[in-house]
Amino acid sequence: MSSPAHKRKRSRYTVAQNAQLALQIIILIAAVVFALFPIIWVASAALNPAQSMVTQSIIPPLPEVRVVYAKEPGTLLQIAAPNGTRVERSAELVLLVEVAGKEKELRAIKNGYVENIRIAVGEAYAEGAALYDISSSYFINFDTLLNTPRKPFLRWMFNSCVIASLSAVAIVLVTAFSAYSFSRFRFYGRRSLLVLILLVQVFPNLLALVAIYLMLQQIGNHIPFLGLNTAGGLMLVYIGGGMGINIWLMKGFFDSVPRDIDESALVDGASHWQVYWYLIFPLVRPVLVVVGILSFVGTYNEFVLARVMLRDKDTWTLMVGLWQYISANFAQDWGVFGAGAIIGALPSLAIYLMLQEQIVGGLTQGAVKG
Amino acid sequence: MNRQAAADNPIRRNRGGSDVLRLFVTYLALALVDAFALYLIYVFAADGVIELAVAVGVVTVGVNIINLRQGLYALRWIAPALSLMVLMVVYPIVYTVYVSFTNFGDGNLLTKQQVIRILSQETYLPEGGQVYAWAIYANAAGDYALWLTDRNAGDRYYFATLGEFEAVESVAAGADLPAEYRGYQLLGRREALQAAREAEELGFGTADQPIGIAGRREAGEFAQRLVYQPETDAILDMETGSLYRAVYEYGRDETTGEPYQTGQFVNDQGDTLRTGFRAGIGTQNFISFIDNDEIRGPLIRIFLWTIGFSLASVFTTFALGLFFALIMQNQRIPLRKAFRTLLIIPWAIPGLISVAVWRGMLNENLGVVSNIIRAFGLEPPPFFIDPGWAKLGILLVNLWLGYPYFMLVCSGALAAIPTDMYEAAEVDGAGWWRKFRDLTLPLLLVAVGPLLIASFTFNFNNFTIIEAYDEGGPPMKEAGNLPAGHTDILISYAFRLAFGSGRGSDFGLASAITIVIFAMVACVTLLQYRLTKGWEETSENV
Repeated sequence: MSSPAHKRKRSRYTVAQNAQLALQIIILIAAVVFALFPIIWVASAALNPAQSMVTQSIIPPLPEVRVVYAKEPGTLLQIAAPNGTRVERSAELVLLVEVAGKEKELRAIKNGYVENIRIAVGEAYAEGAALYDISSSYFINFDTLLNTPRKPFLRWMFNSCVIASLSAVAIVLVTAFSAYSFSRFRFYGRRSLLVLILLVQVFPNLLALVAIYLMLQQIGNHIPFLGLNTAGGLMLVYIGGGMGINIWLMKGFFDSVPRDIDESALVDGASHWQVYWYLIFPLVRPVLVVVGILSFVGTYNEFVLARVMLRDKDTWTLMVGLWQYISANFAQDWGVFGAGAIIGALPSLAIYLMLQEQIVGGLTQGAVKG
Repeated sequence: MNRQAAADNPIRRNRGGSDVLRLFVTYLALALVDAFALYLIYVFAADGVIELAVAVGVVTVGVNIINLRQGLYALRWIAPALSLMVLMVVYPIVYTVYVSFTNFGDGNLLTKQQVIRILSQETYLPEGGQVYAWAIYANAAGDYALWLTDRNAGDRYYFATLGEFEAVESVAAGADLPAEYRGYQLLGRREALQAAREAEELGFGTADQPIGIAGRREAGEFAQRLVYQPETDAILDMETGSLYRAVYEYGRDETTGEPYQTGQFVNDQGDTLRTGFRAGIGTQNFISFIDNDEIRGPLIRIFLWTIGFSLASVFTTFALGLFFALIMQNQRIPLRKAFRTLLIIPWAIPGLISVAVWRGMLNENLGVVSNIIRAFGLEPPPFFIDPGWAKLGILLVNLWLGYPYFMLVCSGALAAIPTDMYEAAEVDGAGWWRKFRDLTLPLLLVAVGPLLIASFTFNFNNFTIIEAYDEGGPPMKEAGNLPAGHTDILISYAFRLAFGSGRGSDFGLASAITIVIFAMVACVTLLQYRLTKGWEETSENV
């Protein structure tokens, strides 16, 4: 395998080393294909105007659309469009169907998609006016996603971002205090308490759902903004659940900050609060960022608790909302789901890619120091 | 308290005048917290949710002790985290433990008091009770009243409001019903239907002359049918004279071997009243793991798959991650950063979305993976129908999800291994395999070991991937009507037992399984802690 050995011979490489490099690059390219394949697939689904998986191909075909208008009363109006073409303006479509008054037309356009190649429309279209457009845009799924009032995607996204950021900030603040204490003080029961926190933390929170549900219901009767069906209540659950492992993560990092720094400050008469705030806090910023990010992403991605705790569509988080697009057996809409998945994954994707160094550093630092 | 703790005690230090102010602020904050907590305890207790009131009380007392005792200064920093954990983690655990010893679930959702209250609303017409034909009236306030006609006594009329009952003298027997009587209006046909539905729940008349609606045509002197007798802890059916005793204990019928239903009111014939109540059933939920064939077999298989799934996931993700990390160590690789960024993308995508996408891609009929396999002339594997393939599919998806994490972690850990060690090894003539096996891997495992165990416990409870992949399917046949699937792990099985659709909820059994999961994961975690004491100690600057 590769080793830092090559540093010594940077000037000239052997044939074996070059062959190794070539092999490594090939493996990496294969790995990237493996890593990105699902993402390309979902992007393709998002851009594909057809809603089902049936017509999946990696580069979706843009529908060819031809519209023929009726010129005179009594003639047939024909619209030629491939299957799966999205028909916009469903309000006018309803009008069209009503005027035409035929069952056939209703079936030809189902959920706003063309299902048969030809739609024959009756004589009422004397004017020949284009009553509806047949879209040929790659972005029709995004359009549907953002403009369906029954499924307020942007609202869900907003909810998710608010819940995740507030929870992350709270988790960072509270666990940082605890980590400072565990790292800097020596008190009776310290070790036991740490182990206890670790143990309690591995309890599957998911299955305490009944207790948590009943508790939030009860709290909500008296403090409405912390009850069921509120962002506050859900955040309370997330923050409570985010204590244990993050205290450990932070403590590991706090331990790696030399004690001499605060010892000398304490001798000079500084209070623990001053030591914490002016000396330690700036030094541990990397781990604060890591814990904050991990908490944000974890909360942002959480699904089960949110699905149980939030009942109204307006309070849903992104994941709860997105799941609706594909959970129903007979109405899976992979195109809109793909569009939502791409937009929904952007925040965590951006965070991870921008801050990958810090995340890696924070995750390994405490452990690697030994 | 050792000497060091005493040194940390801030009171021993000379701080100057701001101490008084700080103390004042502390007490003020504490007083506010206490006031708020007392309010909560009061309202929770008033609502009858004693357990929650106790939990808040425990937290409040703890916070007060920690803040008022100087010796516990260090704990003040931890108090917020501890309070949150007690309320949101420890309390639910205790509650789950309690539920695991009950029959809480569909059919036994309510407490005994609630069930008695509901059952006592049932009425019957005692023998010799008077029956009337009725018409419904309502006044301006929306109160209903009944106009009663005694057919047997030559159409004599009576009028019953909520709380009153009187014989009507002003209207001659057999005459038409008045449109208005004592401020009550006779309702039209359409309104009467709606009104009757509401009025069926009401008790008209007085205590001596209770009148209730029994059907479209009949109303009468109906009496409470099911009466609870505290002294015998049984419910007496006034109509049949049958006594239904409350059964709490689990047991079996000696002749048939059929298990009794617990938390039911049962009479001597073995009939039960329609609503059961929540009752403690001891360790019965745990015993049923062994005792009940429909539970035991599937549970063992689910358990084994849970272990296998977790181990295989950790191994595959770690191996692939480490492999990529080793490759990425070669500084000569062009666009290293770009490669790394692209390779960690799977980690950055929300898990639910990723699993859902994979589910679509692996679909036997339409999925793109199946199509590609078909393009090579092969039959695509049944990723969702065959248990073995479903498990492989899940491991594949989990590999995709999990390797970036270990790639990142291993990259960091590898970078921390001092290069001079490798140089020394090379001087000693070690090949790459020896260097890897005897140098890289041991050093890596010291750093990454705890994360491997953490990953194991994470996957042990990795509900998202199981649920999003195929909701535990394909279903296990031998599970009977319990919702067990071949790819179910313990947590998803317990979740389905508790909240699953179809069969109904069995919170008691689900909680018992949860306790078992908790015990096992806790053991692994404890083991991890024991094995990797160095995890904590070596990195400490003591």
